[in-house]
Amino acid sequence: MGDIIQTIVAKYNFWIYITLMMIGLYAMIAKNNLVKKIVGMNIFQTAIILFYVSIGAKRGATIPILEHGHGGGHNVVHAIDYANPLPHVLMLTAIVVAVATLGVALALAIRVYDRYSTLEEDEILSQIREE
Amino acid sequence: MVWPIDLAILTLVVIVGIGALMVKDLLGAAILFGAYSFMMCLLWTIMGAVDVAFTEASVGAGVSTVFFVGAVFRTSRRTKD
Amino acid sequence: MKVIGLIIAVLTGGLLIYAAGDFPAWSDPASPASTYLSPHFIEKTMEETSVPNIVTAVLADYRGFDTMFETTVIFSAGVACFLLLRAFRRKQPEARHYRHVLTGVTVRIKEGTKLPPSEDFERIDSLWTPHDLIIKTVCRLLIPFIQIFALYVIAHGHHSPGGGFQGGVILGASIIVLAISQDLRTAVKRMGEKLDALLCAVGVLIYAGTGALCLLLGLNFLDYSALASVLHVDPITARSHGILIVEIGVGVAVMATMIWIYNNVSSKGEYDQGL
Repeated sequence: MGDIIQTIVAKYNFWIYITLMMIGLYAMIAKNNLVKKIVGMNIFQTAIILFYVSIGAKRGATIPILEHGHGGGHNVVHAIDYANPLPHVLMLTAIVVAVATLGVALALAIRVYDRYSTLEEDEILSQIREE
Repeated sequence: MVWPIDLAILTLVVIVGIGALMVKDLLGAAILFGAYSFMMCLLWTIMGAVDVAFTEASVGAGVSTVFFVGAVFRTSRRTKD
Repeated sequence: MKVIGLIIAVLTGGLLIYAAGDFPAWSDPASPASTYLSPHFIEKTMEETSVPNIVTAVLADYRGFDTMFETTVIFSAGVACFLLLRAFRRKQPEARHYRHVLTGVTVRIKEGTKLPPSEDFERIDSLWTPHDLIIKTVCRLLIPFIQIFALYVIAHGHHSPGGGFQGGVILGASIIVLAISQDLRTAVKRMGEKLDALLCAVGVLIYAGTGALCLLLGLNFLDYSALASVLHVDPITARSHGILIVEIGVGVAVMATMIWIYNNVSSKGEYDQGL
């Protein structure tokens, strides 16, 4: 029993990330309004980015910027002192792609509103069935 | 990495995320989404990812909220859901 | 639909929680993510590229191919927004409204008749609201400082957190502030549609062009040490300068796309009255 408690306490951040991801997934599937679906998509994306960045964190390490500057003597650098920069790089790309996707999704929502004059999914489906 | 701050901001993030999905006013949802983005930026600063936090602060809490408000302004603001 | 969504979310959540039991504990220095390739990046960045910001060096040099395609993705998102909202909407509205500035009288002009002289009359629309003087003046004073800060962020990306994306977004935000505090027409007069679309493509062209230049000079695509013969420096400093050039390309592309998407989304493609 103490083993399970130890596991739960040592990895508490993973449980919260999974909760956030599932909130986003549920919002994308079950909400009726289109703008709420788009908000759910963004919550899902930022939760994934949080998960990746937390993998690269290290206990007692500093930010991944070397402090020696140009020229000068190159002191020996230990990899254990710096946070892992590789997930940061991948997630920079992910954030910018997320905002591009948000722009296109909002443009689509505006066009849907122009055509059907509502943003609720059930009303749109009933209007399509009548045609 | 200080774990009490981490735990506090993580719970706040979950509450704001659920709040952004439950309000009936779409403008309120857009503003709460901006607050959610900013809390994420704080979390990443605590974990040492300063470049990612800078990008999320400018993109998520800045430009992304403006896009949302612009789109809500052009469509309807009330929702039953 | 809600029940199905709930079941799917709970099942996926359960599967992920079961899989998370195998993960290494948080912030463990010996986790597999931190021992494969990143020690090489952390230890060798200063010797090979002389850029202290490891994230910028990895983003623009070691993983430069990903960043080039990401810039292309941003450009195509701007083009998609434009095609959805703006490309098929060329017709003008039938009647235009003009407002005499000094007296507040509104004039309605039908299509085809003569327009009044343009100094005394400003063009408005049905959604026009009077502008607040404090917001207008303060935003006009702030915008040059925002732009200088954005240029600093781009140029200082080697030594401090920052780089091309962040600076480009802040530059775009400065023009969006102009559009929000005053009219959308004022912002479009400062930065027109055609210039915007052109800058978007020029940014991607700078990035791909630098890579192609390195290819023409004899080395691999996006291997910046080939620029040493063009810039007359040693290969390590040439890599640092190559990173700066592609960051400028990325910044320009991102700025133009943010302004483009804002213009299209906030005016529904009609460009008459924004937020």
